[in-house]
Amino acid sequence: MSQPPVLAVRNLVVEIPTRGGIVRPVDGVSYTIAAGEILGVVGESGAGKSMTGNAVIGLLDRPARIAGGEIHLNGARIDGLTLAQLRRLRGKEIGMVFQDPLTSLNPLLPIGDQLTETILAHLPVGQAEARRRAVAALDEVGIPAAAERIGSYPHEFSGGMRQRVVIALALCAEPSLVIADEPTTALDVSVQAQIIALLKRLCRDRGTAVMLVTHDMGVIAETADRVAVMYAGRLAELGPVREVLTAPRHPYTAGLMGSTPLASKGQRRLHQIPGAMPRLHAIPPGCAFHPRCDRAAERCRADPGPTLKSCDGRAACWFPIAQDEAVA
Amino acid sequence: MTALVRVRDLSRTFDVSKPWLNRLLERLPKRLLTAVSDVSFDIEERSVYALVGESGSGKSTIGRMIVGLMTPSDGTVEIEGVDLMRETDTARLREVRSDIQMIFQDPYASLNPRWKVRDIIAEPVAAKGGATRGLAERLLEQVGLSAADADKFPHEFSGGQRQRICVARALASEPRLIVCDEPTSALDVSVQAQVLNLMSDLKDEFGLTYLFISHDLTVVQHMADTIGVLYLGRLVEEADPDTLFDTPRHPYTQMLLEAAPRMDGFGREVVPPQGEIPDPIDPPTGCAYHPRCPIAIRRCTEERPELRRIGAARVACHRAEESAR
Repeated sequence: MSQPPVLAVRNLVVEIPTRGGIVRPVDGVSYTIAAGEILGVVGESGAGKSMTGNAVIGLLDRPARIAGGEIHLNGARIDGLTLAQLRRLRGKEIGMVFQDPLTSLNPLLPIGDQLTETILAHLPVGQAEARRRAVAALDEVGIPAAAERIGSYPHEFSGGMRQRVVIALALCAEPSLVIADEPTTALDVSVQAQIIALLKRLCRDRGTAVMLVTHDMGVIAETADRVAVMYAGRLAELGPVREVLTAPRHPYTAGLMGSTPLASKGQRRLHQIPGAMPRLHAIPPGCAFHPRCDRAAERCRADPGPTLKSCDGRAACWFPIAQDEAVA
Repeated sequence: MTALVRVRDLSRTFDVSKPWLNRLLERLPKRLLTAVSDVSFDIEERSVYALVGESGSGKSTIGRMIVGLMTPSDGTVEIEGVDLMRETDTARLREVRSDIQMIFQDPYASLNPRWKVRDIIAEPVAAKGGATRGLAERLLEQVGLSAADADKFPHEFSGGQRQRICVARALASEPRLIVCDEPTSALDVSVQAQVLNLMSDLKDEFGLTYLFISHDLTVVQHMADTIGVLYLGRLVEEADPDTLFDTPRHPYTQMLLEAAPRMDGFGREVVPPQGEIPDPIDPPTGCAYHPRCPIAIRRCTEERPELRRIGAARVACHRAEESAR
């Protein structure tokens, strides 16, 4: 690629010291996101997908900390910044969209004030210009009669409209990267479709890089360009969305696809992955997935476990599913 | 096949007015929220009937009225031919009630954290004065946990395991009907698959009937024998999964299916649906969907469409014949 990626994460390790020892909710994760690209991050609860996003924007709750690896944004290193530097970065360079739109807006301020505040903080414009831009931002995310609604409080909007306001807020300082953490999980199907379409359109128009964290494979399929599948804090598979979802190489990805009740398949039983995701303080040695994997062999139990780099670059598996194998 | 559950003209309104003194001083009228409006359907014995709809469509309210947790404002629910709200024969009432059980969405909130799993599971039987010896252990093994788990507390289990405990509790009184309100919405996909498979197996083994309430179309399509689509408290379409997903008739069903993300929809550009669900306190006149409907005509704004049979489906739309894609 000629242009450097907007976000480059290399060997990121997040550690939390606990009474039972140090646990690693994120362990050796590497990926890049280019301008205008949407990277989907999927996994089940506890896979470390939100933790990865929070580490990038410096929102890890103590005592969790970045214990290793590097994060580069537009070529500059951003892990280990001071709080003051981080403040300049958040909102300006990285926009954030969270799951619950009600808790990410200040209930005591009209939405217009929240927007102008953000614009004034990050862009060299005056009060009047900031206000004009706030109206334009609301208009762009599809809030009807934006000029009149600018004085409304968050509780006066429906859930879908609130999430639009949050997106306007995340994008108003024109960041180069947006981290959307389960942006549609709290919304209904029809509203979800509106929000996804909006996010896609805005990012394509502006060339914003997006990290879309979700557990919904359908949303990923329709939205993302590439997908990263996480399991127990590690990347299980990373590749173009179509290839990963239609011809998964990692047994975990294959299992995840098989257990989704796929429309119009008509099979009466869903594929089951036996067992459950390991607890953080009991991640098995070697490949973290081996106790649940039907392909596991001696090599999978031995340290060090497979990584994307040590395998074929797409799936972190010693025995990936080959192209011609029938997917169970 | 006979209908185990018969729901007729079921309605439920909630009074959401301000306190009476405020109403008096501010001269406000009473405000009534219609959560369920004239819903009728049958659930066949040993079948899975699914209710789908978005938030505020009244699906949970219907479920609660069927199990008797809530009284209908109007209309009747008959189970095994007995109207739970009007039956006076207490022995018969007790018998029918023990044939109904419920599984809730949140397995963290629906188990008493201070009770041992054994007591939780045996409770529906113990409440009737039945024999509970060895019951919990047997049921735990049936739902894929081990008999030794009976001595543990709910916090020792993961979300999926807790939902299995809820299933075991629901099975304890040997019910015929289980109302499942979003039973897998709080679970991860791989755990959801385990619980759905378990529910299918148990249905075949015990000859159960399920009322399955969900917002997830893929889950519903997988599980249901009949699907009822709700919009703003009204049943707008009812059909078997194949008919519904292949030829949806109601414009709302069509919109819902179009908007749902698809696993094979790579780079699909969805034309996002217009508008949002209207305020149930002041629903639109005529067909509740007409303000968002692309094919609405004048009649739709004036006259509420009846649910009528078209082919294998029942549809409440004036233009159902023309709307098929």
